[in-house]
Amino acid sequence: MTSSTFEQVRGIASDILGVPVDKITADSSPQTIENWDSIQHLNLVLAIEEKFGLQLEPEDIEQMKTVGAAAALVDKLQSAAR
Amino acid sequence: MSAQDPNSTPLDRSPANLRVEVDRLIAAADFDSAVRHMAELWRREPAGATASFLTSRIDSIRIHVTLTKFRLAILRSFTVEPIVPLLRAEAFAYGIDIEVHVGDFNTYVQDILDAQSSLYRFQSNAVVLAVRADQAAPELWRDFADLTPEAAQQAADRVSSGYEQWIRSFREKSQAALIIHTLEQPSSASLGALDHQSEAGQSGFIRKINGDLRRATANFRGVYVLDYDALVARHGREQWHDERKWLMARLPIAANYLLQMAREWVRFIVPLSGRTAKVLVVDLDNTLWGGIIGEDGMAGIKVGPEYPGAAYQALHRTLLDLSRKGILLAICSKNNLDDAMEALDSHPGMLIRAKHFAAMRINWTDKSQNLREIAQELNVGIDSLAFLDDNPFEREQVRAALPEVTVIDLPKDPLGYAAAVRNCAVFERLTLSAEDQQRSEMYAAQKERSGAEQTFQSKEDFFRFLEQEAELELVSNLTLARVAQLTQKTNQFNLTTRRYTEQQIAEMAKRPEWHIFSIKVRDRFGDHGIVGVAITHDQGDQCEVDTFLLSCRVIGRTVETALLAHLAESAAHRGCKRLVGWFLPTRKNAPARDFYEQHGLTCQENNAEGSFWVLDLKKSQLRTPEWIKLKVAAETTGGKI
Repeated sequence: MTSSTFEQVRGIASDILGVPVDKITADSSPQTIENWDSIQHLNLVLAIEEKFGLQLEPEDIEQMKTVGAAAALVDKLQSAAR
Repeated sequence: MSAQDPNSTPLDRSPANLRVEVDRLIAAADFDSAVRHMAELWRREPAGATASFLTSRIDSIRIHVTLTKFRLAILRSFTVEPIVPLLRAEAFAYGIDIEVHVGDFNTYVQDILDAQSSLYRFQSNAVVLAVRADQAAPELWRDFADLTPEAAQQAADRVSSGYEQWIRSFREKSQAALIIHTLEQPSSASLGALDHQSEAGQSGFIRKINGDLRRATANFRGVYVLDYDALVARHGREQWHDERKWLMARLPIAANYLLQMAREWVRFIVPLSGRTAKVLVVDLDNTLWGGIIGEDGMAGIKVGPEYPGAAYQALHRTLLDLSRKGILLAICSKNNLDDAMEALDSHPGMLIRAKHFAAMRINWTDKSQNLREIAQELNVGIDSLAFLDDNPFEREQVRAALPEVTVIDLPKDPLGYAAAVRNCAVFERLTLSAEDQQRSEMYAAQKERSGAEQTFQSKEDFFRFLEQEAELELVSNLTLARVAQLTQKTNQFNLTTRRYTEQQIAEMAKRPEWHIFSIKVRDRFGDHGIVGVAITHDQGDQCEVDTFLLSCRVIGRTVETALLAHLAESAAHRGCKRLVGWFLPTRKNAPARDFYEQHGLTCQENNAEGSFWVLDLKKSQLRTPEWIKLKVAAETTGGKI
């Protein structure tokens, strides 16, 4: 993943999950962040879709288990779209 | 924008920095500044993540700031949870703190019918019934091909009567507003092109249900239709819908359009919570027309039916639409008055004219000061004003000086101006009274005058600007009723306050020594009709003014001078040597007290009843002021009494 994508996804995760940006790493996941339940996962997906102009597949959404994985997914979809 | 306020720190107002600043201000307990920065963040980045950030901050400051509280219950057939933060952030930008209750999936019927349900316990101000067509009319939506025309008709009727029953039941149990989504059309109708050839197609039946819904809501107070189908169509049915999310999470709306759903709800919540604007104050140069009138001139400014002037005409139409809803329009522009008025009055491309504005401040004064004056002149609070200006510097200046004013951001491209105004929820109205529809005209004819007055160097300039035309006429059958009415109800500018009935006026008019004049006034703002009456009575070589009155609408604009000058002139013409008259003071006629003295009459007698004044007609200096065009009808037009 590119660092700029990661920073943007990290900012979104911070807003949605209510956790300061500096507390979020690429490995942050539903296991490490208390608020990250299924509703917040949907909100996170929607915020990412909105920000990057994407529509994620159900499989992608399930596999998006960490903030780093989400950023990598965005990069993959964006390069595929180019 | 090159101008930089020297007093503000050169702060980078990126969304990331605004977030940091908001948290710093909240930590420092500077909640009012925090609110302003939060509103700015939302303007810069209205998105799902921002909404989540803002809602958590709203929760932490809500007890410290003044926001209008609003409780909204959403009954639904689909996932609305991700829309709730967007809704709360959008409403917050209008000064509203929404608390939301979301009903369970598809329990809306039970919730409405059961007086003990969580819906009624929540005590909402408004309830949204957000049910999609697949749930409300499943046979029509999914199985239309299986239905005979009769069965389809029955299904549609069942849906319509269901809505009506729910509305009735809701109204028995709650005083809250009820906002019902219309059913959306399918992206492609069951029978393709054939479907649209009759009203008995799938799309026809859905249209029928929506029509029935409108008729049903009209029978109840506080029940409104939200045209969900039009909303979806406006943004594109296929873009709006996200089939994957629908199947996966019961969320039918694509991520990019959740904000539009929230905004549509806010269009109802703003008027329901009273956060509306009553006046829209607009700039002129590069807002109502392209270019700068003072530099580009009449031939240079862009406004008309062709590009690029058409963008400004679209804005004019939008403003006229607001005016029809009872929203007053006003002008606040840094300009030379004559330049601006020439464009407003005479440019062929202008759809909106000076008469459409209830107040004007066309000068070089600071805009926030002008806005304060406009609010005062129109007798509304500062928080009732909205402000439209293409110049970001002026917008920021007003935001900083008058945070209560709704400042509308305009895009760079003028083609987006009209939409920017239409999208602003402060102009929404859910009902309209007859008074609303006439308010603009009333103000435009009345208040504009005093607004214009303050932009002139001298009274005389203002009088010239008014272009008054006065028409004097002897009373006739046509004007008799109005003349009598004026004698009966005019209190302020009335020298003798003698009340006459129509019969008395008619009797007087028959005698040759009595003259009864009415005066009509017209000016650049409109026709005032008959606003004054003078009655004189010749006694030998003396003409006595029996009655002299003027409606307060036109006092102080020298019409009274013109009227008196004419009385003197016509009396002299009939051979009179003196014009005389009483001033009889009452509790209310102080405005007329100095009238005779100011016009060169001398006081001959002063007693308990009043004062008696005399003008020697040979020495009289009385003239009709040069700025009034006085027309004297040779004969009465309406038939002599």
